[in-house]
Amino acid sequence: MKTPIYLDYQATTPTDERVLAEMLPYFTEVYGNAASRSHPFGWQAEEAVDKARAEIAELIGASAKEMVFTSGSTEAINLALKGAVDMYGDVEPKPGKIGGKHIITSLVEHKAVLDTCKHLEKEGCQVTYLTPDETGRVTVEQVTEAMRDDTLVVALIWGNNEIGTLNPIREIGELCHERNVLFFVDGTQAVGKIPVNVEADNIDLMCISAHKLYGPKGVGALYVRRRKPRVRLVSQIDGGGHERGMRSGTLNVTSIVGLGAACRIAGEELETEMQRTSELRDRLEEKIRAGLDMVHLNGNREFRLPGCLNLSFSYVEGESLLMGINNHLAVSSGSACTSASLEPSHVLRAMGVGDDLAHSSIRFGIGRKTTAEEVDFAATRIIETVTRLRELSPLYEMALEGIDISSVEWAGH
Amino acid sequence: MAYSDKVIDHYENPRNVGALDKTSGEVGTGLVGAPECGDVMKLQIQVEGDKIVDAKFKTFGCGSAIASSSLATEWVKGKTISEALEISNTQIVEELSLPPVKIHCSVLAEDAIKAAVADYKSKQESGS
Repeated sequence: MKTPIYLDYQATTPTDERVLAEMLPYFTEVYGNAASRSHPFGWQAEEAVDKARAEIAELIGASAKEMVFTSGSTEAINLALKGAVDMYGDVEPKPGKIGGKHIITSLVEHKAVLDTCKHLEKEGCQVTYLTPDETGRVTVEQVTEAMRDDTLVVALIWGNNEIGTLNPIREIGELCHERNVLFFVDGTQAVGKIPVNVEADNIDLMCISAHKLYGPKGVGALYVRRRKPRVRLVSQIDGGGHERGMRSGTLNVTSIVGLGAACRIAGEELETEMQRTSELRDRLEEKIRAGLDMVHLNGNREFRLPGCLNLSFSYVEGESLLMGINNHLAVSSGSACTSASLEPSHVLRAMGVGDDLAHSSIRFGIGRKTTAEEVDFAATRIIETVTRLRELSPLYEMALEGIDISSVEWAGH
Repeated sequence: MAYSDKVIDHYENPRNVGALDKTSGEVGTGLVGAPECGDVMKLQIQVEGDKIVDAKFKTFGCGSAIASSSLATEWVKGKTISEALEISNTQIVEELSLPPVKIHCSVLAEDAIKAAVADYKSKQESGS
């Protein structure tokens, strides 16, 4: 077993060797521009792109024509939300018609959605930010209540990148379609990890990122529904009219081939991998709980991504925990000290997790390469380090003495 | 992020971890910080005459906070109370090569020393 062990699969994944092998010829052999219509170099590139488009569409139950290639999820999110507002924002809202400048989203979205929404607020949109329940989940009822006559789009994450909680996408999508409201889904963590079908799940727009599903970094796609309803977007990058005018720029053929291969393999292995990674996730939690008390699960036990486990270890600060394990384990923390902003995780805050527990949170990401041996090793290291740091923790000492930490008057700083 | 060797050394081998009898008149206890801010330090001193003969700490916080308080206990031991009060956070920053984002850890350690001394003094006053 090689250390450090990678347990940060929500941050990124290694490119699968099979994906890489399919990509390589497109660097030096099939290097044509997919937009070159006049010679075989271009035709071959276009053929490869078409194949990839079909592979991606297949994984999510879409048709190939509904996929728009981007540089990743962040760009796809920007295109979906800004492109929809530019197209429909000034359409007078009336029943049966898509239009308006009201957006519904949630406080636990990725910053790519939140920051795009903030930008749109400055441009005259109104945004409702739903507060999820304590497991990070948004309900259909909440979305129903937030709906207005001028609601243009509901934008929600499917599988949360920090805590793994899954939203009731199908039910919310059904509501959106009843009300002629567009439904954008951030599928970055969900696609390739759980069954996704844009028809059954009532999705109009959805972003996908290759590097989250064992493809290369720097490429992704936006699913744009073509019928019932036909969704139109104003492009955010102009120049040449590629991708049906929605995203100009020479196609990154090599990476697109990688994205296609990654989607095909993810689809083939979806059921076995879901089963395997769920079992490893549960094994990790059980082992940790067998060695430690006062461990809290952040997220939803029923509705969650197979490979994501977010735990808070009371009375131990996250960064000091990482410092104790980072020669052996690669994981992430919701602690303020590990973020650029010095703020604890906005996701945990929105769920109502106290700042003290947010500072103590660790996200374990389990994926295609993770083994039971690695999980057992990780659990042992976590138990050792948390135990050591609790011996050092005045809060743990107070808790053992029966002092209620929340009743102490702390001098904040 | 990269830690200095001294921070890593204090983190891996913290000095003077533990607790002194907080009910004793010779012991001063300082508890500073807040759990929601991500760091809490408890620093205790045992005083004989006006000399600090022992010091213990426990810290909830990042590696730099642990190192700052560990170092503070090392430095106050053997000093008189007035000498201990002269220890400033900038000396801690220098010794541990703390980066700017971690300066608050050193401030907290200085505060912890001052709080422990204040607690000791108030015990002496109320006791006498």
